[in-house]
Amino acid sequence: MRPETETELAEMIRAASGPLRVRGGGTRAIGKSAGKVLETGALSGIVLHEPGALTLVAKAGTPVAEIEAALEAEGQRLAFEPMDHRGLLGTEGAPTIGGVAAANVSGPRRVQAGACRDFMLGLRFVDGAGRVVSNGGRVMKNVTGYDLVKLMAGSWGTLGVMTEIAFKVLPKPAATATLVMAGLSPEEAVPALSQALGSPFDVSGAAHLPEGPGGGPLTLVRIEGFADSVAYRAGRLSELFARHQPQVETDAARSAALWKAVRDVEAFHGKPGDVWRISCTPSEAPALAARLGAEALVFDWGGGLIWALLPAGSDARSLLGAGFRGHATAVRGGGDVPTFQPEPAPVAALSAGLRARFDPRGLLNPGLMA
Amino acid sequence: MQMPEPDARVLTRKAEIVARLREVLPADAVIDDEAETRAYECDALTAYRCPPLCAVLPSTTEEVSAVLKICHEEGVPVVPRGSGTSLAGGALPTADSVILGVARMNEVLETDYDNRFIRVQTGRTNLSVTGAVEEEDFFYAPDPSSQLACAIAGNIAMNSGGAHCLKYGVTTNNLLGVTMVLMDGTVIELGGAHLDPGGLDLLGLVCGSEGQLGVVTEATLRILRKPEGARPVLIAFNSNEVAGECVSDIIKAGVLPVAIEFMDRPCIVACEAFAKAGYPDCEALLIVEVEGSEAEIAEQLGLITQIARRHDPVELREARDADEAGRIWLGRKSAFGAMGQINDYMCLDGTIPVSSLPLVLRRIGELSREVGLEVANVFHAGDGNMHPLILFNANQPGELEKCEALGAEILKLCVEVGGCLTGEHGVGIEKRDLMDVQYAPADLEAQMAVKDVFDPNWLLNPAKVFPLHVSETRRAVAAE
Repeated sequence: MRPETETELAEMIRAASGPLRVRGGGTRAIGKSAGKVLETGALSGIVLHEPGALTLVAKAGTPVAEIEAALEAEGQRLAFEPMDHRGLLGTEGAPTIGGVAAANVSGPRRVQAGACRDFMLGLRFVDGAGRVVSNGGRVMKNVTGYDLVKLMAGSWGTLGVMTEIAFKVLPKPAATATLVMAGLSPEEAVPALSQALGSPFDVSGAAHLPEGPGGGPLTLVRIEGFADSVAYRAGRLSELFARHQPQVETDAARSAALWKAVRDVEAFHGKPGDVWRISCTPSEAPALAARLGAEALVFDWGGGLIWALLPAGSDARSLLGAGFRGHATAVRGGGDVPTFQPEPAPVAALSAGLRARFDPRGLLNPGLMA
Repeated sequence: MQMPEPDARVLTRKAEIVARLREVLPADAVIDDEAETRAYECDALTAYRCPPLCAVLPSTTEEVSAVLKICHEEGVPVVPRGSGTSLAGGALPTADSVILGVARMNEVLETDYDNRFIRVQTGRTNLSVTGAVEEEDFFYAPDPSSQLACAIAGNIAMNSGGAHCLKYGVTTNNLLGVTMVLMDGTVIELGGAHLDPGGLDLLGLVCGSEGQLGVVTEATLRILRKPEGARPVLIAFNSNEVAGECVSDIIKAGVLPVAIEFMDRPCIVACEAFAKAGYPDCEALLIVEVEGSEAEIAEQLGLITQIARRHDPVELREARDADEAGRIWLGRKSAFGAMGQINDYMCLDGTIPVSSLPLVLRRIGELSREVGLEVANVFHAGDGNMHPLILFNANQPGELEKCEALGAEILKLCVEVGGCLTGEHGVGIEKRDLMDVQYAPADLEAQMAVKDVFDPNWLLNPAKVFPLHVSETRRAVAAE
């Protein structure tokens, strides 16, 4: 099924009698889902781009590449730095903006600029009963009614199929620099990243690669902005971390390559095993990671995001232990354990209640999230 | 503005309900004396007043839970209240409702600089959250004008913004977690010190739900390190259009100031008379603030003034020190006080695409002349969040109605150009009956379905946000 208009999509959902597997570009398929494939790829195109208002509206099936090219032409970008899952999941195809929104995909800059959900200003979607709903708008500040935009962001198509999304976009900075510190352990790196993020120098990336592109551990701190300002802040941060003898990478392409490696978890590409994504209190990251006994690790968000490569069939949640206060998602593999972190009973009841309201027949990606 | 008839069965059972509440709360935390309940009869939308059945002031999440459980069993509507600074009537009671005030819950529970968060009870005021972390040079970013008085509970309910959201976002972008009590007394935790949810984003849904989904008692908030410095520049223009173009050009150029504030002539004149900040005689005035080290500030201001000069400003005044910076902000910060001196006023909060600024300002001027009420404009121009202030005389019969009608026309205009009814104040009762201007029936139905899940009996702040005729069936079923 490949609707070409929102009306056609609504008709298809109303007429459906069995489970539907909602798919954008098909590059982020995680978890188990069955059903007839419902593709959004024909709902494509940029509807509006107002550079002076920092706004872009696109249909959900629009390829991310098309949006990035349009923004690039105006010196702008999606500041939440959405990850490309293809290398990690071994998928092919063109990622769509709807897929990014439905999975709330954010990259290293999440820690400074915010998540995908923070940049979504409004949307239109068709719910599981075939009802067309609009929420939010295309302005920066909007508290008119409930924020269903946040509810839809990261709902993985289980509440409705998005058809059009409005984003806040930001100017691309003139310059970027990355402080590179070599040879640190996670126990040394995470406090250093925390110090960087707690500095007045507006750090826009803070990651630790136990196995960097060259093989050894690399700890990375990114600064962006006008050239003089970047040079100033890189200098101040270098003083702050003199004990770790940082190198400052000022070459834009080399800096970008490092952050792409973090964003797309390149350290795991082509390696077998299960991939877990763990959101945690940053300072707890080294101890949590040690409990996992992972084959490979990547720390992003100053430690607040751990990517772990575990032997097939592992249950990261049981390894993290009962006191763990974040959430873990089985992005690739994960055996028979639930893909998403199970919620405490009263919260699970609310989530189930929302699903029952928005998708009363249980058609949309059934069982994916709960 | 119409409010539903109070439930007679609740009114006649007042004594029993108050007695039950006294069983679970300290004696001084239940207020049912008629003279004292008057303190809770309105919020900052003072045109509408109604004393509640009673008011309760719990001190802990457990007490909040006990109160809600009783009200749930008794079928009594509950109106949560932070500091009562809502301009939208978000905390306006009905005669059959219990006001649940969180004012006594103002403790800091945990401060964690390594992980950059603070956990507070939600009765704490916005400014005192920053006060609690200032020693270490940290701050809490959302800064509504009422920040000295407004509570975090209300900030979360309304998803409050402020002057600096262009860079730092609004409450929802700075809220990491909450402890919340559902209407039946169930206590839930959403989020925490980690980022983003593992399932559906219920936290994002709760923020801005105007106290209709639950009572938030504790909040984990993101705190940020203060920049090394900040400095404003004042730019005066001889037309609103040119000032609007300048805003757009600054944004397009890749500078991201922390604030771009806009004042039009009526506002400048009033502020000048009140605060004597020394503003130039002009049609429109921008205050643009940037942050960073001295050199960074100089670099950004250099670029901004270069852009501004292309628009032929009447005056361009860069603050050279803290004193001059203070003077530039003085007029803007006293804008509301200045208006209050001249007249009664109604403060609107519609948001528009920045590109529509000149058109909307022109139309507001026309509407203002047609109706015969003066409108002063002061707003956050960088994000299109307008604050037209309609001046009127409350003692003159019919003026409030005239003012409300003009307000409605202005908000409809905001929606027409692609904007919304409210950018940071919330819907409350003030914009409740305009919701169907912005949303189709199916859109409102989807939002009400969320309330059905969290509060099936529609007891929490039920007469707000949705037009009464739209929510009527649900409220009626609940009352049975």
